[in-house]
Amino acid sequence: MKYVEEYRDPQLARQLLAQIHAATTRPWSLMEVCGGQTNTIVRQGIDDVLPEGLRMVHGPGCPVCVTPLEMVDKACAIAVRPEVTFTSYGDMLRVPGSHSDLLSLKARGADVRVVYSPMEAVRIAREEPRRQVVFFAVGFETTAPANAMAVIRAHQLGLSNFSILVSHVLVPPAITAILDDEECGIDGFLAAGHVCAVMGWREYEPIAARYRVPIVVTGFEPLDLLEGILMAVQQLESGRAQVENQYIRAVRRDGNQHAQDAVRSVFRVADRTWRGVGRIPSSGLELSASFRPFDAALRFCVDDIETQENPACIAGAILRGTRLPTQCPMYGGACTPRTPLGAPMVSSEGTCAAFYNAGRLAETGAPARTAGSVS
Amino acid sequence: MKTTDDAAAALGIAGAACPTPHVEAERVLLGHGSGGLLSSELLRDVIIPALGPAAPGGALEDGAVVHVTSQDLVLSTDSFVVSPLFFAGGDIGTLAVHGTVNDLAMMGSLPVALTVAFVIEEGFPMADLRRVCASIGAAASAVGAPVVTGDTKVVGKGAADGLFVTTTGLGRRLPQLNPSAERAEVGDVVIVSAPIGSHGTTILSTRAGLAFEADIASDTRPLHWLVATMATVAGDEIHVLRDPTRGGVASTLNEIAQSSKVRIRLEESAIPVPPAVSAVCEMLGLDPLHVANEGCLLAVVTRDAADRVLAVMRTLREGHEARVIGEVIEGAGPRVVMRTRIGSTRIVDMLVGEQLPRIC
Amino acid sequence: MCLGIPGRVTAITDDAGLRTGVVDFGGVRREVCLAYVPETEIGDYVVVHVGFAISRLDEAEALRTLEIIAAMPGAMEQELGPQLRDGAR
Repeated sequence: MKYVEEYRDPQLARQLLAQIHAATTRPWSLMEVCGGQTNTIVRQGIDDVLPEGLRMVHGPGCPVCVTPLEMVDKACAIAVRPEVTFTSYGDMLRVPGSHSDLLSLKARGADVRVVYSPMEAVRIAREEPRRQVVFFAVGFETTAPANAMAVIRAHQLGLSNFSILVSHVLVPPAITAILDDEECGIDGFLAAGHVCAVMGWREYEPIAARYRVPIVVTGFEPLDLLEGILMAVQQLESGRAQVENQYIRAVRRDGNQHAQDAVRSVFRVADRTWRGVGRIPSSGLELSASFRPFDAALRFCVDDIETQENPACIAGAILRGTRLPTQCPMYGGACTPRTPLGAPMVSSEGTCAAFYNAGRLAETGAPARTAGSVS
Repeated sequence: MKTTDDAAAALGIAGAACPTPHVEAERVLLGHGSGGLLSSELLRDVIIPALGPAAPGGALEDGAVVHVTSQDLVLSTDSFVVSPLFFAGGDIGTLAVHGTVNDLAMMGSLPVALTVAFVIEEGFPMADLRRVCASIGAAASAVGAPVVTGDTKVVGKGAADGLFVTTTGLGRRLPQLNPSAERAEVGDVVIVSAPIGSHGTTILSTRAGLAFEADIASDTRPLHWLVATMATVAGDEIHVLRDPTRGGVASTLNEIAQSSKVRIRLEESAIPVPPAVSAVCEMLGLDPLHVANEGCLLAVVTRDAADRVLAVMRTLREGHEARVIGEVIEGAGPRVVMRTRIGSTRIVDMLVGEQLPRIC
Repeated sequence: MCLGIPGRVTAITDDAGLRTGVVDFGGVRREVCLAYVPETEIGDYVVVHVGFAISRLDEAEALRTLEIIAAMPGAMEQELGPQLRDGAR
């Protein structure tokens, strides 16, 4: 595939790795806040071949994983209603709520359907006017424009049987919350390439300046991640703290204005609870006043559901990057992708699932260090 | 009198339903499975004609006599419940024949005869049944293994997902072959006969909600000729033969590693994945190593035999892209690991649970 | 963020006021909403996320990334000459 294969070239990867090894003279911790990047890092074993002392910490970059338990409960409460066709991205189906999950409800007869695009949900609403079609609008800024268009379209078409359950989160407030944490030992960040394709990177500049941390907008293929890591290390080694763009082929400083306009008209910024991280002010999106009628939580009166997290799950520490999955007593035993206790194990982009699927079992302990070996 | 209800009303029998079924040509009814007139009509008018030259000849007995001269016979059975029933490259019927033929082939045997059993959901369209039978017939004829006996049951609506097919195959062992999952040894080489991932991605992309149009089709095909050809240049040196169906290459290799108690190392850059399969896997967040295949095999052979075996595999269409993708190495096992493109090593695990398209 | 896949625009249509198109991802084709990339034309490459094109891929920049990396000294080679990359991206 063009624009994919070239960025997986082993020879070029080795060159980047050599550069990273040559550039790193002190220990550094870098965090990526993007499930797709976590996946590539873990599956390609990138953190295994970095220099000793250069640590990758996996941040809360999986929107499925940060969806609070109570949001899953609200989704389940709506999905069991006989008149509802509940549509969702595939990953949300297995996230455990307090009592059930969407996949189990589906197996027991609830009309739950996986869709690839939110426009599919709108199409279903048009084709089945007697059904109340609800779409689970989960995601970061990358997904917000798509979800916004679905609402705009539904509005244009005058659909009274379409609504969305909103659980949108924003990346910059999460980075700030992590940096504000006393335990935070992160020296630099890789910013999610596709979030920035939509939003640009302007909003990261004040963060880099205020906290004196380099932030590198990075893509998803192995070469992108390695180059992003190299750029971050070079900044750290030379005492710089700027926003740089590695993903030059897809990201511009101002991002995608059309997409941002659509998001601004349909949504507005609101406080949000992040699973395991807690409430972060102004870190999420809710429907704006004119589109409030499309809010499924209001339409189905599930706004008052409140829930407690499973005490055994250390999702919070995982998502903040202060613990590795291999350090969790439940990991690999009571908690596996088949029997997940919390969200980071359910979504295959979640840190715990990414570790598990790449075979990082408790028996192997911390990832094996093959210091200096790049062949 | 228009209907049996009218007749009943005229006779003063309220609410009586006439037990003689109204014979519908369009859909399978419960009566078709009851063993009576409708059952034999279903066999005579739909199933046997559609099976074509592969169909049982002569009177319909309870079983079939098969003449086999070889000493070693192999039996294999498999059920097929794929949904959707029809997809690019084949249907449940083609799968049902090839799947069992391939199981026989992985045991080092050639197919002699097949049986077919149907469990049909009430209301199943007759046209679809004909289509499936025609596929079974065509596949069985091509392979040269007739369908010698079978069974048909019909169950109530909701008790089956349309159609389930079970095939059993009788095979004749090729005497020089002795493959077993327990026989992989350090130093052996792992060969795959063709690019992987086509079947599973075809099925997933046909399902509702995903709406792709792709240049992919199921790779379902019989592999016994390939195995027979391999047997002409290597016998005992072919240690393991397996077709990586559900769970993909990763799961199958893990089974072999566990049975043989060995460590297998794959080379990521050597694993052949067709571009369109790769694209669908990217879009859905799937790992091609976990995707089902229906037309390729994994062979674990001695290092000495590898070149010979590859050369002869490549003379056949179903093996022309055969290549080495890994080896059995010294080290802690049972384990399957993979050397990634960038030179690191990661563990390759079995597929856990259902493959749900990863979206976001 | 995740699952943004690059593909080539092969057709552009209007679906009741919504700019839509067909994007080819290495042999897999899907209908994609192009409302957020009004400047794209047939033959352009876009990044697609959940059925929406969110960015147009710049071919020149794509090549530049690869050239820069290729110009870096390899693991076995000695440092040869100046780096081609400038700090300002």
